[in-house]
Amino acid sequence: MSLECGVFHTRYEADMGLRPWPMQRIRLAVFAVFVLVFPFFASPYWLDLANQVAIATVGAIGLNILVGYTGQISLGQGAFMAIGAYSAGLLTMNLGLPWGVSIALACVMTSVAGTFFGLPSLRLKGLYLAIATLAAQEIVEWGMTHWTAVTGGTEAIVLPAPRLFGVRLNSGFNFYWFGVLMAAGTALFAANLFRTRMGRAFVAVRDQDIAASVIGVNLFRTKLLAFATSSFFVGLAGAMIAYYRTIITWERFTLETSIVYLAMIIVGGLGSIRGSFFGAVLITLLPALITNAGRALQDTAPAVAGLLPYAQQAVFGLVIILFLIFEPKGLSKLWGNVKDYFHVWPFAYRRG
Amino acid sequence: MDVFLQLTVSGLCTGMIYALAAAGFVVIYKASDVINFAQGDLLLFGTYLIFFAVAQTGLPWSVGVLVTLLLAVAVALVIERLVLRPLIGEPIISMIMVTIGLSSILRAAVNAIWGPQPRSFPSFLPSGDVALGPVILSADRLLSIPIALGVLAALWLFFRHTRDGIAMRAIADDQQAALSMGISIPRVFGIAWGLAAASAAIGGIMLGNIVGVSPNVASIGLRVFPVVILGGLDSIRGAVIGGAIIGLLEVYTGGYVGRGLSLVVPYVVLVLVLMVRPYGLFGREIIERV
Repeated sequence: MSLECGVFHTRYEADMGLRPWPMQRIRLAVFAVFVLVFPFFASPYWLDLANQVAIATVGAIGLNILVGYTGQISLGQGAFMAIGAYSAGLLTMNLGLPWGVSIALACVMTSVAGTFFGLPSLRLKGLYLAIATLAAQEIVEWGMTHWTAVTGGTEAIVLPAPRLFGVRLNSGFNFYWFGVLMAAGTALFAANLFRTRMGRAFVAVRDQDIAASVIGVNLFRTKLLAFATSSFFVGLAGAMIAYYRTIITWERFTLETSIVYLAMIIVGGLGSIRGSFFGAVLITLLPALITNAGRALQDTAPAVAGLLPYAQQAVFGLVIILFLIFEPKGLSKLWGNVKDYFHVWPFAYRRG
Repeated sequence: MDVFLQLTVSGLCTGMIYALAAAGFVVIYKASDVINFAQGDLLLFGTYLIFFAVAQTGLPWSVGVLVTLLLAVAVALVIERLVLRPLIGEPIISMIMVTIGLSSILRAAVNAIWGPQPRSFPSFLPSGDVALGPVILSADRLLSIPIALGVLAALWLFFRHTRDGIAMRAIADDQQAALSMGISIPRVFGIAWGLAAASAAIGGIMLGNIVGVSPNVASIGLRVFPVVILGGLDSIRGAVIGGAIIGLLEVYTGGYVGRGLSLVVPYVVLVLVLMVRPYGLFGREIIERV
């Protein structure tokens, strides 16, 4: 972290703050005000999108802990979200637990499952681990659709609406607050995680695992912890989807889901929490924007509008490729560039 | 016994198509260490190209196959030049994601051009039933065995006896040493993608004949992973034997145990192989251990 001109901290606490500079706090405050005011002006459509972004942010931060910070490639995101969603739903349906308890237990169960699927990472690296998680995804997907006695197979599970003090939580406006709370909590936890010994060990394993073990990082423990921590939040995202939609279907948790989440963290920036948020925003809004463009074109150019579902798919692929080629560090780096530009404005130097 | 033979032959037919798809994957991995998640979409592209050439344009099928191969190779060369080459030397996650992005674009292109509905295809392989002793199979399925073996043998000969094939093996062995011997890496990578697209196109042509022309053809792309891991990621021979084993396994579980189970068995095998022998049956045994 580079130093800011004209800022003098006189206490260690101030120096160690997550956002030590005034400008950072101002930006955060502006963002917080926007988040608080947004639902009062937004249409139900935009509220729904905002809720999807909140859920995606939780999931993307979870995945980024594993892929971006610890360097363990996982194609099993969809499977872990499924475990979170199905556990949350089945705990309520079969044991009659209140929804809050179900969600908390679902996170823990996903965390345990994640640790189990993380076991191959002790032997396998890089590409081989990616393929192992791909197999895990396929096996869980198969389990979801074929283990009819437990998951109901291809039938959807319908949940009772979550209620807090008698208020239904799964309406767009009410869920928004829950979603924002969860997303902010996840972001805060992750930001602090990477200032602890454990979080630093994750990063050390990513950068050079042999060197990490030489300086005393227990690879076995660290990798499993990374899988556990990551899956905890991924499971939370899955459980949130379950209670937001109050319906659980296997189609939401396929390999496509894993790919969409990987795209979020690639586009947003690997190993960056704000990047996870940016990626979640972009990848969630992109199809919505293209659909809107399609509606606008419906009357003037119906032929073009008919092609839009494919345009969505093509743009999704194109965005991934363009980011990988031109800005591998993602939106997070672009945002950094913008800040740097204004930081020394009107001069042309750049920090760092 | 008759059921067993019947299953065996049809398993081998399926397996050979897997082997064709896997061979393209192996060629790319061998030359450039890229894990190609778009292999299934290259196959899909081949299927629609032959549909375009034979059914829509009305070319005789021999010319149609040629046109399909040329177009597939041309597209692969463009992909390699525009997308893969800027990323040489990037981390694995970038390589995985870039081919996933490619797969998304290819699939969207096929759907946008030809539409999502399945098309009927004027099959040009003989489609009558052939009786081999007690086993009865349609001729087009049976033909997939000699065609696939022919293509794979050609690939094997290419690696063994041609200048470019040997250059490709040299690069796979040691990139720096190969560079210093004057081997052009971009050229070799281009050839690898061209070959992969050609073998995928042949697989696509056969699939178009057997199962028809529809976007579902691309789903074979994921089936390739159990095959290549079992056979060894960098071995053509492994692709053939892995393809045969996975094909047989699927058909046996489908035939004796249950239809649903045959979908997941290849992945269970994949996990087991990764735990016991990650480099597969014929792969080179240098795998990074943790």
